[in-house]
Amino acid sequence: MSTVLRIILQRLALGLLTLVIVSIVIFAAVNSLPGDFAQAILGQAATPEAVAAIRTQIGLDDPPVTRYLLWLYGAVQGDLGISFAQANFTTFTGSSNNVTVADQIAPRFANTMFLAGVTAAIAVPLAVTLGILAALYRNSVFDRAANIFTLSSISSPEFFVAYVLILFLAVLNPILPSLSNIYADMAMGDRLKATLLPALTLTLVVTAHMMRMTRAAIINLLASPYIEMARLKGMSPLRVILRHALPNALAPIINVIALNLAYLITGVVVVEVVFVYPGIGQLFVDSVKIRDIPVVQACCLIFAAAYILLNLTADILSILSNPRLRHPK
Amino acid sequence: MSVWLWIVLAFVGMGALAWAGRWAGQVATSNAPRFRDMPFGVAFGYVFAAACIIGGIWLWFLPGAVFFRWAVQGFVLFAIAAFIFRLVFRHVGTAATKRLFRAMPLTAAFGILVIIIYAILAIFAGAIAPYGQSEILGAANVVPGGDPAMGGNPLYPLGTDQIGRDILSRLIYGAQNTVGIAFVTTLIAFFLGGSLGFLAATVGGWLDQLLSRAVDVLMAIPGLIFSLLLMTIASVWADGEKALLTVYMILIIAVIDSTRVFRLARAVGTGIVVMDYIEAARLRGEGMGWIVFREILPNAMAPLLAEFGLRFCFVFLTIASLSFLGVGIQPPLADWGTMVRDLGPFINFAAFAPLVATAPLMAAGAIALLTVAVNFVVDWMLQKSSGLKE
Repeated sequence: MSTVLRIILQRLALGLLTLVIVSIVIFAAVNSLPGDFAQAILGQAATPEAVAAIRTQIGLDDPPVTRYLLWLYGAVQGDLGISFAQANFTTFTGSSNNVTVADQIAPRFANTMFLAGVTAAIAVPLAVTLGILAALYRNSVFDRAANIFTLSSISSPEFFVAYVLILFLAVLNPILPSLSNIYADMAMGDRLKATLLPALTLTLVVTAHMMRMTRAAIINLLASPYIEMARLKGMSPLRVILRHALPNALAPIINVIALNLAYLITGVVVVEVVFVYPGIGQLFVDSVKIRDIPVVQACCLIFAAAYILLNLTADILSILSNPRLRHPK
Repeated sequence: MSVWLWIVLAFVGMGALAWAGRWAGQVATSNAPRFRDMPFGVAFGYVFAAACIIGGIWLWFLPGAVFFRWAVQGFVLFAIAAFIFRLVFRHVGTAATKRLFRAMPLTAAFGILVIIIYAILAIFAGAIAPYGQSEILGAANVVPGGDPAMGGNPLYPLGTDQIGRDILSRLIYGAQNTVGIAFVTTLIAFFLGGSLGFLAATVGGWLDQLLSRAVDVLMAIPGLIFSLLLMTIASVWADGEKALLTVYMILIIAVIDSTRVFRLARAVGTGIVVMDYIEAARLRGEGMGWIVFREILPNAMAPLLAEFGLRFCFVFLTIASLSFLGVGIQPPLADWGTMVRDLGPFINFAAFAPLVATAPLMAAGAIALLTVAVNFVVDWMLQKSSGLKE
């Protein structure tokens, strides 16, 4: 057990290190902007005095290393700064209650997690079932059709799938709403209904890859002697796959599931924009367009953290599902 | 919610039908092996396929299902075209290409055919397109067909977009811009990632470590997110210069995607570097350039070529997504991602006139079709080179 624990701790430390380096990259990228934040915040109202005041207020006169450490220190504590749009708004209205980036992101983050959760709940069982069926009936009409269908849905851009679904399920046959109108205290059923169309879109995009990998992982094992043995003793093909092939194919399958959940994080941006889903991806794209640097920085950090975390999970789970590592000699 | 109930009921009904059908078959043929040994899954499959065919025929004759009819017609047409294409090239050309086409699955023939069509459209866009890509011609009317009763004009067969540009011309020019830019980006990514990867494999040591760790960090950030962040910064740098922003976008995506190429090139390269002929070249006193480009590159061509196809798909989809989000290829250049973004909202009016959904779906479908085609070809190449049978 100790070797496994050590490997996992190593991976965790490596993941943390990666995250720190990524945060440095993000910070450096943002700080390579020409001009400076103060001017960007004030926009057209940038008189020299105001710029100087803002500079001292948000500490732009400090050297970059100090600023990075302060930013990181704040980010760890959940303080991601104040968005430019909000800062502008408060200077215009003269009010003093600042809405921080963290306040803006928190509810949207929950929404995005909900979307990703619904997607995973549909996609993972569907993909694994279809993958097992494709492996069971390999080289049949079903397998060929599934192959063509999955290749096409992997290749389609998310917005194509999204608009096709909107056209058929929301506009021509009004079954589901085409815009995901989500607000804070919504009943669970309504919320699920509003989320279903974006979740279906993501499912179609993600399922294909997981299914192909499940099929490939199982088929890879079918040539092994112990499968031959199970077949020869008269087991039914389904039982051979479920009892003998699947447990050994679990490591690559779990790995690909985790990787695809990580991919969801990227896919979520486009899908949220299509359905106007109030998630973090939508906020990110809006902030990119108005160059709201603190929000962009914060969203980027969150996306990167989630991505690294899921990749790490994939790594650790594939270690854990390997019996040779779990029970060392 | 009743829709979901119907779906569940349909599946249960099909299951029952499959069970009954198998039982009836067993009784009628007095346990012929075909029915006796049939698993339930296969029986269900037959019923499901029959249901799909009946449903398809019903949809075909439904007056409102115009898109379904188009999709089926397009599918059949392309299948026939791919079949004829394969048939022709089985008898025309050199012996090598004849052999290639003889063993080719229909999907790969379809892929090659589509890629050729796109290449022709992209190269000769200026000659094929009836109008200029940013020429504002008349009133906006996104209904295709040019039916004057619907406010259309027969001069613009696919209609005109939201500011009155010919949609057909923009679709054709889109092949040039979108595909061309994606192709250039992939080439740069390959040159960058490939040469650095081979260099890391040949030199090894601290250079290898440095490059590999840098690539690890870059790959830890999701690609689309990182390119969006960098595009924000690039848009400040470009300061409203649209052509410059497009150049920045090409460079950003090329650098981000070159990390994947680097990984592959390094992995393939380290396998080749230990070969005897590299040793011989080193002893001959060849320089680094010779070793990388004349010794390693030709031997790493097969996996790199397959990767080129896949990478092109990813780059193409990333650029389309960026354009769709409004930070990619900038107007007035015609580009499919931007077209979907501009024309997409019209889909919400499809309840009144279903045809308004044609233009955005065609632009998005053009992207999908090319990536599907490239994927089919790459799939076939990988299958051929790996010799995977079962």
